Amino acid sequence: MDFLRPASWEEALAAKAEHPTAVPIAGGTDVMVEINFDHRRPEYLLDLNRVGDLYEWEVGEDAVRLGASVPYTAIMENLRAELPGLALASHTVASPQIRNRGGVGGNLGTASPAGDAHPALLAAGAEVEVASAARGTRLIPIDAFYTGVKRNALQPDELIRAVRVKKADGPQQYSKVGTRNAMVIAVCAFGLALHPRTRTVRTGIGSAAPTPVRAKTAEEFLNAALEEGGFWDNGKIITPSVAKRFADLCSAACNPIDDVRGTASYRRHAVGVMARRTLTWTWESYRGARRATEGAA
Amino acid sequence: MRVNFTVNGRPQEADDVWEGESLLYVLRERLGLPGSKNACEQGECGSCTVRLDGVPVCSCLVAAGQVEGRDVVTVEGLADYARQRSSGTGARGGTSLDEAKGWQAKGADSQTGEGAGLSPVQQAFIDAGAVQCGFCTPGLLVAADEMLERNPNPTDADIREALSGNLCRCTGYEKIMDAVRLAAARQSEGV
Amino acid sequence: MPANGAPTKITQGSQTKGGIGESTLRPDGTLKVTGEFAYSSDMWHEDMLWGQILRSTVAHAEIVSIDTSEALAMPGVYAVMTYDDLPTEVRNYGLEIQDTPVLAHGKVRHHGEPVAIVAADHPETARRAAAKIKVDYKELPVITDEASATAPDAILVHENRDDHHAGHVPHPNIVHRQPIVRGNVAEARGRADVIVTGEYTFGMQDQAFLGPESGLAVPEEDGGVHLYIATQWLHSDLRQMAPVLGLPEEKVRMTLAGVGGAFGGREDLSMQIHACLLALRTGKPVKIVYNRFESFFGHVHRHPAKLHYEHGATRDGKLTHMKCRIVLDGGAYASASPAVVGNAASLSVGPYVVDDVDIEAIALYTNNPPCGAMRGFGAVQACFAYEAQMDKLAKELGLDPVEFRQLNAMEQGTVMPTGQPVDSPAPVAELLRRVKAMPMPPERQWESSEGADVRQLPGGLSNTTHGEGVVRGVGYAVGIKNVGFSEGFDDYSTAKVRMEVVGGEPVATVHTAMAEVGQGGVTVHAQIARTELGVAQVTIHPADTQVGSAGSTSASRQTYVTGGAVRYACELVRERVLEIGRRKFGSYHPAWATAELLLEGGKVVTDGGEVLADLADVLEDEAVEVEEEWRHRPTEPFDLRTGQGNGHVQYSFAAHRAVVEVDTELGLVKVIELACAQDVGKALNPLSVIGQIQGGTTQGLGVAVMEEIVVDPKTAKVKNPSFTDYLIPTILDTPTIPVDVLELADEHAPYGLRGIGEAPTLSSTPAVLAAIRDATGLELNRTPVRPEHLTGT
Repeated sequence: MDFLRPASWEEALAAKAEHPTAVPIAGGTDVMVEINFDHRRPEYLLDLNRVGDLYEWEVGEDAVRLGASVPYTAIMENLRAELPGLALASHTVASPQIRNRGGVGGNLGTASPAGDAHPALLAAGAEVEVASAARGTRLIPIDAFYTGVKRNALQPDELIRAVRVKKADGPQQYSKVGTRNAMVIAVCAFGLALHPRTRTVRTGIGSAAPTPVRAKTAEEFLNAALEEGGFWDNGKIITPSVAKRFADLCSAACNPIDDVRGTASYRRHAVGVMARRTLTWTWESYRGARRATEGAA
Repeated sequence: MRVNFTVNGRPQEADDVWEGESLLYVLRERLGLPGSKNACEQGECGSCTVRLDGVPVCSCLVAAGQVEGRDVVTVEGLADYARQRSSGTGARGGTSLDEAKGWQAKGADSQTGEGAGLSPVQQAFIDAGAVQCGFCTPGLLVAADEMLERNPNPTDADIREALSGNLCRCTGYEKIMDAVRLAAARQSEGV
Repeated sequence: MPANGAPTKITQGSQTKGGIGESTLRPDGTLKVTGEFAYSSDMWHEDMLWGQILRSTVAHAEIVSIDTSEALAMPGVYAVMTYDDLPTEVRNYGLEIQDTPVLAHGKVRHHGEPVAIVAADHPETARRAAAKIKVDYKELPVITDEASATAPDAILVHENRDDHHAGHVPHPNIVHRQPIVRGNVAEARGRADVIVTGEYTFGMQDQAFLGPESGLAVPEEDGGVHLYIATQWLHSDLRQMAPVLGLPEEKVRMTLAGVGGAFGGREDLSMQIHACLLALRTGKPVKIVYNRFESFFGHVHRHPAKLHYEHGATRDGKLTHMKCRIVLDGGAYASASPAVVGNAASLSVGPYVVDDVDIEAIALYTNNPPCGAMRGFGAVQACFAYEAQMDKLAKELGLDPVEFRQLNAMEQGTVMPTGQPVDSPAPVAELLRRVKAMPMPPERQWESSEGADVRQLPGGLSNTTHGEGVVRGVGYAVGIKNVGFSEGFDDYSTAKVRMEVVGGEPVATVHTAMAEVGQGGVTVHAQIARTELGVAQVTIHPADTQVGSAGSTSASRQTYVTGGAVRYACELVRERVLEIGRRKFGSYHPAWATAELLLEGGKVVTDGGEVLADLADVLEDEAVEVEEEWRHRPTEPFDLRTGQGNGHVQYSFAAHRAVVEVDTELGLVKVIELACAQDVGKALNPLSVIGQIQGGTTQGLGVAVMEEIVVDPKTAKVKNPSFTDYLIPTILDTPTIPVDVLELADEHAPYGLRGIGEAPTLSSTPAVLAAIRDATGLELNRTPVRPEHLTGT
């Protein structure tokens, strides 16, 4: 095993180009477990801790460019307003110690369906900024990023530089079911974002299919129902039948398995419950914000 | 490979480090600092918690090569760290070699910890009965000390959240709650 | 002359500070908070090698061949050993039945069985070498449950059994069977107005102690070996190790290293023999440390169980009879299974008066992971089932579940199903009354001015509910556990106590082989010495095999038995000190001859408080040292047909009230409070007593809602050997645990004390389950309860 210690992003890309089998390690919260338990013996470990750029974020007009290694703790503490869904998801990651080290880049690189950030990124809308020494930077839409169980759209010579997440233009929520009240891997997870500007909703489902997925049929149904009922304008409570249909469609978007953490049918059920609850929470919040605006006007 | 870093204020060098070794292994097996514990080696128990550049992390999940040039505080250095913090000399850096050696000579023989130069949270763990087998204790102490540094007046829910990454199998956590409350109370009285 | 269970006079603690009854602090506390306390995995030796164990990847197979040549050829590898390299003809070990191969011989019987061992100069080298050992397995069908174990054509897990249970079991795949028959169930059944039955399932729990199995074996010049080890019982290890190593016991020296928890999981051997074999083979110190993955294969677990119960009761709420059948899965090797069967059977009726019973408990041999000792030991599984039955009966009769239990609660004088009368306080009804009387935790504590605090809701930080679907439930349970080793076992301990003057101060040294596993035995030993010898300074000598056996740190027995031995040795030391005093000073004061003399505050005093001499002046340069064994009252085996016999020495009782909030839509549970009332006889150290109760309670909570080793029924392979998927409660899962301690002395026990470690683990689980049933209305016949069970998905 060789330990590569690039001091800059350029050096990191050069090292990855030279050693495409090199395994990037930043927080180490996935890679080191596999090494400690003898599941993996990479030829090269590519340490990204010295690449300072990866620990920075920039809040732009429409999006946040979030460095791949910005720890979850920093997201929780600093980006709650801009990225509320991701901040909530970050808070559910493992333990304080892990949140101090792990970042979204690791979740994306590992691409486990159980990664906590994925549903939030899918719901918010995001692009993964990747780069290689040979071809420079490219942006992969989050919807095209997950290609299979623990597989993603990265080329062997590419590294994840950042994720560009759309700034929230409405309420976002995130829920995760685990059989413990802290430090637990998702049995399944659900992210929901309201986008009042475009009058759309987006979803993200974790751990209930081979990859993180959106519940697109459910989104389309809800978008249409909200439009038809004039809900965005009248701010009425969403009818229980609409919420239930949305929840059922979210359940239907799952393609889960039975495993030691939970059964397939429970996952489907739980995603439905989380979909209904997060819809209620976000919509209540939207209505509240709307009332506040009206009151001020 | 060779790794140079600072532990408890003292420069350390580890040689012939296998690239897959963790910071935890280097501390325990190469530097004679076995206080950080090897309970799960998968980031699920917090027993190996140390501060890396001031931030609590699981040292089992930090590759040894990643700590090159960085600053680590372990349970063995906690009392000194807390002392420097309270004396306002800055908790990080600037510890002389003699000072760093100082803690190693102390604290081995006291029944109650009196006079052993313990940090408030260490003393509180003894006084409240928060130590049974003690294997989780070093990680809990590092995590609790850091929480009290950030949040001197935590609610019970704050304490539980801050320590939710540290498993204990003996105590049922009640005495640990008592200990952290006690340390917080003593800390605020002391100010 | 060893004391042999004569009733012990109950005395009050003396005036010496730090004696019994005080919450003195741990003598190892400072070392444990500074990181300097040396646990077994912290041991280090110049030039030491690292040992690694190759374990079977299948559960049941013939070993066709093992090829170690590639591993041996690796640079840095010092030794590779298989069954063929064992030094003597003794190649098996076991607590009661020597059925466990040190290294697999021709066959593996469970997933993760040790097949070969390696010593190398770095753990990674040892791992790579182990990976290069080629083992050719021919897989066999797996035995995984009672049906497959006792099928007519079942493969025998152990052929040619010749152990002492082989003769009376109905099938060779049954380790041991214990029936208990008393009264006339058929007749009593006729008196019942209501009859309830239930089938209950108890999942496989792991001790999940935090300090993994580890130790350091150092070869010695005389051809022997010195092992620094975390264990529960040094002498039991020694007895099993020495014959396999081909060494006389005096050449196998053992010193207790720091123990990172135990809970039964260190009662059996793990890496002890392997480390010694490699050290003796290489001539170098060898350290072995399991990681968490290996730890799940490296120790026995709590027996999973299927329990069938039938109870009857009259309309006015009196139990008429009880029938039960308890099937415990012992896994591939016997470990403590026979004793677990004895406990399960003899305690299956719970702390209730039932005169007519028909009980059967068995343990199976299967290809599942071996199961053995864990806190509560057979009584835990039974308590889960009989307490569910009590709630069912109460409901059927329309009675309050606590009142119904109190109506049938045993008391001092009640005769157990084994025919043994309970001859010390059994305040079952009182414990229930106390736990019920505790104030209830406020409703909806999660509501705050800033909205719902998810940390206080089911699902916790995962943000699954802000109050939706949340229903509160309350449940009660009470349990009975035996204390000490039962069924005629010669259960004794040894203490060596020395008294001398150091620097002008009298100092006592207590030396036992008791394994301090975190329970605080060392604290209590010092307290006993202060109380009995009137000294301030007590040194606790490290536990090792240079002193006689202390027995196991299990069965809630150490404070009773080794505490009893320490007290007894102290009494003998005191007598000798007083003899010296009389010799030196007897002529100066008549009280030396006439008064009852005590040692208090470093002085010899009369029972009237008159000071006769300083201990320093009595002893001068003389040291008084006594090493003695001490036994509790003898017990008897249970009759193999009727189960009759005075099998237990003492019983211990605890009751719990659980308050839970269940997210009924998602099936997630938050335990809000687990109140406990327990009779401890005499709290030698109240702080430690409460710590034990809270810790035991939390382990019971774990197996109620999350903890289970999942074994694939098709392959008998373990599916979740990690802390990622075997979950134990975090501080956010653990509620406040108010404790009400009752002290009703047992006149047969030292200071009147009662063993306390296990009882709270019994009743905690069924109390939580009862509370969840109360919240959901579901029947819930299995533990742990999972979200699937609560949502019907």
